[in-house]
Amino acid sequence: MSDAPGEQGSNSEGATGSALPTDRRREVIRQAWSVGIASGTYGISFGALAVAAGLSLWQSQLLSVLMFTGGSQFAFVSIIGTGGLSAAPAAIATASMLGIRNGLYGLQTSRFLGVTGIRRVVAAQLTIDESTAVGIAQPELRAQRLGFWQTGLAVFVLWNLSTLAGALLGNAFGDPRTLGLDAAAAAAFVALLWPRLRSRDATATAVLAMFIALVTSPVLPAGVPVILAAVAALVVGLRRPGRHEGPLEGADGTLPGSDPTP
Amino acid sequence: MTLWVAVVVASVASLLIKLAGYLVPETLLAGERTSRVTTLLPVALLAALVVVQTVVGPGGSIVLDARIAAVGVAVVLLLLRANFLVIVLAAGATAALLRAIGWG
Repeated sequence: MSDAPGEQGSNSEGATGSALPTDRRREVIRQAWSVGIASGTYGISFGALAVAAGLSLWQSQLLSVLMFTGGSQFAFVSIIGTGGLSAAPAAIATASMLGIRNGLYGLQTSRFLGVTGIRRVVAAQLTIDESTAVGIAQPELRAQRLGFWQTGLAVFVLWNLSTLAGALLGNAFGDPRTLGLDAAAAAAFVALLWPRLRSRDATATAVLAMFIALVTSPVLPAGVPVILAAVAALVVGLRRPGRHEGPLEGADGTLPGSDPTP
Repeated sequence: MTLWVAVVVASVASLLIKLAGYLVPETLLAGERTSRVTTLLPVALLAALVVVQTVVGPGGSIVLDARIAAVGVAVVLLLLRANFLVIVLAAGATAALLRAIGWG
C-alpha cells in the first residue's frame, strides 16, 4: 500500500522490527504493554455491565473479540439494556457511528504498516485509540510498526480476558439496580466523554446533544434520541471554521480527545 | 432480530468500518469540515448516552434518582484525575448505598 512519507522504501518486510536496536525494541514493547494493561483491564467493567444489560457471557465476549472498540461496546449494551431488543437497530447504528474514528485511524496507520491480505484485516481489527497512538508516536518506521502491533495485541488480550472476568462477576451478582450497575454505566459514559471536551466546539456539541436527548427521550423509542443527538455534531461541525481540535497526533499512548478504553 | 443477530451485525459493521480506513482513498475523508464533524460525532453520542443512562427511566420518562448522585461523584473523581475503574466502581457504590438506605 502507500509508503510512509519520509521513509525510503524500507517497509517491504514484516512488522517484527528486527532492525531496531535491542534497547529501543524493549522500550517500545514496554510502552505498548503498559498502555495495554492500563486500558485492557477496563474490560472488567464492560463485561459486568454487558451481562447486567441482559447479554449472555458469550455475547459480551463476542463483542470484545469482534467489535473490539470500547465506546461502541458500552453504547451497544447500554441501549440494549434500556430499550431491549426493539432498540437493537438503534444500538447497532450508535455503535457504528462511535466506531467511525477507528476508520480514520486506519488512514494514518496504513501509511506505516504496509500490510496486505489477511494481515491487513488483522491490522484493521487492532486499529483502536491505543495502538494508533503508540504507533504514530514512534519516530522510526520499525518502531511504529512494533508499537502498533504490540499495543494492539496487548489491549486485545487483556480487554478480552477482563471482559470474561467481568461477565463472570456480573453473572454472580444479583439485581443490577440494587448494585448500582445502571449508575456505573452512566459514570462510564461520563468518563468516556470527559477527555473529549477539550474545545469550545466539543463542549457546545455536548450541551446541544444532551438537550436533544433530554427533550426527545419522553416521546421517542429508546435508542433513537441518541442517534438524533448526532445532529449536534453536524450543527456545530458545519457551522464555521476554527476552535476545534488539531489533527491526530500521537503522544505517550494517548490521542488528543481519545477516551480511556480501546 | 434476535440479540445474537444484533451482536454479530454490530460487530461485523465495526470491523468493516476499521477496514475501510485501510481501503478507502484518504482524499475521500480529508475535508476539513468532514474531519470536524467526525471529531465531534463521538462527543454528541456519548453526551446523549450520559443523559439517557443518568436521567431517563422506564418508558422514556425523566427520572431523578440515585444515578444523578452517582454521576456527581464521577465528575468529582474526574476532576481529581481518578482512574476509570475507580470512577465506575465509586459511582456504582454510591447508587447502591443510596438505594440501600431507601432513596432512588
